Amino acid sequence: MATYQLNVNGQSKKVDVDPGTPLLWVLREDLKMTGTKYGCGISACGACTVHVDGIATRSCVVPVSLIGNRKITTIEAIAQDPVGRKVQDAWVEKDVVQCGYCQSGQIMSAVALLKATPKPTEQNIEESMGGNLCRCATYVRIREAIKSASEQLT
Amino acid sequence: MRAEKNDLHLNRRSFLCASTAAAGGLLVSLYLDFPAFAQEGRPSPPPKVYPPDAFVRIEPSGKIFITVNRLEFGQGVQTSLPMVLADELDADWSQVVAELAPAAEVYKDPLFGIQMVGGSGSISHSFQQYRELGAKTRAMLIAAAADRWKVSPNDCRAENSVVYGPAGKSARYAELAERAARKPVPNTVRLKNPSEFRLIGKKVPRLDSRAKCDGSQKFGLDLDLPGMKIAVVAHPPVFGGRVKNVDDQEARRLSGVKDIFEIPLAKGTGVAVVADRFWTAKQARDRLQIEWDLSGIELADSSQLRAKFKEMARRPGNVAVARGDDKAMSRTPAARRIVAEYEFPYLAHTPMEPLNATVSFKGDKAEAWVPSQFQTLDQMAVAQALGLKPEQVTFHTEYAGGGFGRRAVIDSHVPLEAALIAKRFRDTPIKLVWPREDDVRGGYYRPMHAHRVEIGIGADGMPAAWRHVVVGQSLVAGTPFAAMMIKDGVDKTTVEGVEDTHYNVPNFHVSAHHPVVNVPVLWWRSVGHTHTAFVMETLIDELATRAKMDPIAYRRKLLKPDAKKLRTVLDLLDQKSAAWRKNLPKGHAAGISCHECFNTAVACAVEVSIENKRPKIHRATLAVHCGLAVNPLSIESQFQGGIGFGLNQLMAQGAITLKDGRVEQSNFDGFTPPYIGDAPVAVDVHIVPSTEQPTGCGEPPVPVISPAVVNALTRLTGKRYRNLPLAAV
Amino acid sequence: MLSNSRFFIRTLLIVLGFTATWIVLTADAAVEGRDSQKLNSAASRPDGLAAWEQVYLVLISPRCINCHTATNYPQQGDDRRRHFANVVRGGHEGKGVPALTCAGCHQEVNADSTGVPGAPNWHLAPLSMRWQDTNDRPLSSAAVCRAVTDRSRNHNMDGRALLKHNAEDKLVLWGRNPGRRPDGTMRTLPPLTHAEFANATRTWVEAGTPCPRGR
Repeated sequence: MATYQLNVNGQSKKVDVDPGTPLLWVLREDLKMTGTKYGCGISACGACTVHVDGIATRSCVVPVSLIGNRKITTIEAIAQDPVGRKVQDAWVEKDVVQCGYCQSGQIMSAVALLKATPKPTEQNIEESMGGNLCRCATYVRIREAIKSASEQLT
Repeated sequence: MRAEKNDLHLNRRSFLCASTAAAGGLLVSLYLDFPAFAQEGRPSPPPKVYPPDAFVRIEPSGKIFITVNRLEFGQGVQTSLPMVLADELDADWSQVVAELAPAAEVYKDPLFGIQMVGGSGSISHSFQQYRELGAKTRAMLIAAAADRWKVSPNDCRAENSVVYGPAGKSARYAELAERAARKPVPNTVRLKNPSEFRLIGKKVPRLDSRAKCDGSQKFGLDLDLPGMKIAVVAHPPVFGGRVKNVDDQEARRLSGVKDIFEIPLAKGTGVAVVADRFWTAKQARDRLQIEWDLSGIELADSSQLRAKFKEMARRPGNVAVARGDDKAMSRTPAARRIVAEYEFPYLAHTPMEPLNATVSFKGDKAEAWVPSQFQTLDQMAVAQALGLKPEQVTFHTEYAGGGFGRRAVIDSHVPLEAALIAKRFRDTPIKLVWPREDDVRGGYYRPMHAHRVEIGIGADGMPAAWRHVVVGQSLVAGTPFAAMMIKDGVDKTTVEGVEDTHYNVPNFHVSAHHPVVNVPVLWWRSVGHTHTAFVMETLIDELATRAKMDPIAYRRKLLKPDAKKLRTVLDLLDQKSAAWRKNLPKGHAAGISCHECFNTAVACAVEVSIENKRPKIHRATLAVHCGLAVNPLSIESQFQGGIGFGLNQLMAQGAITLKDGRVEQSNFDGFTPPYIGDAPVAVDVHIVPSTEQPTGCGEPPVPVISPAVVNALTRLTGKRYRNLPLAAV
Repeated sequence: MLSNSRFFIRTLLIVLGFTATWIVLTADAAVEGRDSQKLNSAASRPDGLAAWEQVYLVLISPRCINCHTATNYPQQGDDRRRHFANVVRGGHEGKGVPALTCAGCHQEVNADSTGVPGAPNWHLAPLSMRWQDTNDRPLSSAAVCRAVTDRSRNHNMDGRALLKHNAEDKLVLWGRNPGRRPDGTMRTLPPLTHAEFANATRTWVEAGTPCPRGR
């Protein structure tokens, strides 16, 4: 067990956990923030995506001991970011979700994409979102929502 | 604790029979019929009484809580059924809040008689029910207002959660609710004329969107209760294996491990680890050194099974259909005969939310929280495991991150495991989690299949004779559902889509073999149609090519005259896709398919090219006949998504394989569903306008996509693709 | 003629002078880092070629070649399958694309509790440094040697720089300590120890980085 001071959504959070515990489970079980999801545990599906210093990061494979004082942003706070809010609104407007379980990760990835590439091409979208699994296959509407958010932001 | 498996099953079976009798002649209490629920010749079930107050609650604030009698697992039912009720209720839609019903008698599927979601029945089975509920509640509110104003109900009308009376009187539903609740529930009500619908038939956005976009939506896996512990189970590496020896020293060293003990499973035995948190439970489980007893257990092996199935398919099996003249084939010259052999692998469902169930045992009662597709059965299984009656188990339905059939298991093995573990504790909620590896390896797959089809083609290019053998495990043999779904040794779910084909084949013979294999199997979204539609639609396309006919024209010619829905969607598809089909860039081809299942007809056209040695689907056009389209927005989603789901069958790693009894895949890196690049870039969906009974949309999208894509590929490469998954193009 | 030959001799002397000066200046130049030793120019061509074959074996082993691909993607595992989750190269930096960067999973050190390897600046070698063909087959010894020594493709590294790279680069060193797989087992190591690898590189560099002939 070790103590970590984490910067989560702008707040300082202290946790006492085994150093090898993935950030995902620290968020979900120690901080009770269940918006970030467990889908596979091997970074293959993207449901666990958060931002660490702005980089879309798969929290299921990053042990909390490697986070340090980097800033963590989760789905619960992404609406505080103008791009995040636009993406969420576009997601709602385009009725993207079905079961919804993967969508936290999809949105976090989409936000990272739009922040880096405000006017993504179809290929940009396909590549950047290419590692986020949606078993309901809401991909068509994900593309539409990203394009809509991009248009509204630029 | 040795396995009590046999006892459990026996008790459940007799309990189920008892409940049927106790229900006083309620028809088919346990009958589950895929594909068609509304068959001619079956007597209609007796009317059931559904008290509106179990479904609608109007609060003083004006909020209207509508209880949905099905799991929400993506299909949108938490919006569409409330829509139906709210429309007849004349409610202010902005005030509606949906809730998922717990397990209870009154929430059973009106047709199937158990509480469940499946068979694409959410709307089709409850449409009428929810309309009546809305209309009755409205009638009671009007009666309450009429009472208060001392006027006739006929002089009142309702709109947007307000009752209006003569002389400018009005009262909000919220004010009237209490009084209305005391009014007698009318036996009959007038339902709206479709022209009066304000919500039904409209593109109504989902109610759960925002919560699913901001992280606030809770799924079963997200449950957090005071004192809760997490359980992870070590399952045998071969189905049915039993624990011989456990060395848990390493595991117990992890801090936070509460207990480790053996438990019986639906098949065989396993070892449960209970800990404070998931990570600890999983690490501890992974550190267990277990010696398994695999004696006397079949070690299923995919390559052996493939060879065996192929050989079986070369002999006729139990007959499902024998129509016409069985000499017709031998009269067809060899040059006009085709023999086609197909292979399909096991498929896992892998819904994005890993399987889970939470149970808390309190001695004389229990509570369960399960994202369940089969509440009645799951509640019974939990009760039985705890030595309780079902009504002593408060069973909550949690939102599910997908299901596709995986959360509707006859043996309720996941909630059962949770209950068996919870039994060791008191007042301690135990959340059982199946890590993704357990899910991929844990069985309950869409079965492996082999098909062998021999077609004798007439001089006119149409099939004159058709002999079809299907090989695959039965989904229900040995379960309470066998009596209803197995006829003359043929499991209907294995041959659906072939035996009931709408193509006009005069001399038609269909038979099936149901080998017994030590791999648990289950319905996978659209069930038998997943493989039968692939065979039918690729063969029809092949026949069309041989006859030098356009694939749509050929189908029009071959369909039975009364295949109304299919004919209609083919026409609509033709109309909506002709422009792009006739204008394809070089290296692109169009592929066509059509199929009817769960009473919904779908026609599909895809535009495909080959990129990086894989099919690239640029677009899909779909035409759908599902009767009255209750929520066209939701239907469009189901079809756009359903074909993406169905494409799993074509993925290079779209197969579960076994070697020496062990599943070779363990996670999404080995069993790979479609990602965004594998799915069509654009999908346009066209719904045939109709006022007929609404039919299902959850499963009908799935069967059409794989044959359509493969038909396009064949046009591009000249090759036939009869063995799935599509390892190479 | 005589003036030409005098010009020629004078030029030759100047060149020789520069060369001698260069040799004197570089002969004792210390190579920074762990394996710093004097470079000896006495290794023979056959020795150098033999040493190169050793180096080649390491370069085409999974821990190294998995990131020296000719395609749009990295590989993983001893079976060198395509990396899962459709991760792609991204631009010439080879760090992935926004939302799917290497750093989104690979941290600066191995994450043994989850089985994800890590080292500083995890990224794909540029396409100019590919050691496979587009069918994921390792290139021949001659072809890899040419790629590695072509200064227009290898970030302008000369023999000394190549030695430093092989001896000290963090990603190269990661191959020595590649961490645990998700199933808990250790990843396999390259076929030589680090010392053997560095020494073989040295011999090869001292021999003038000779490449085998052929395709």
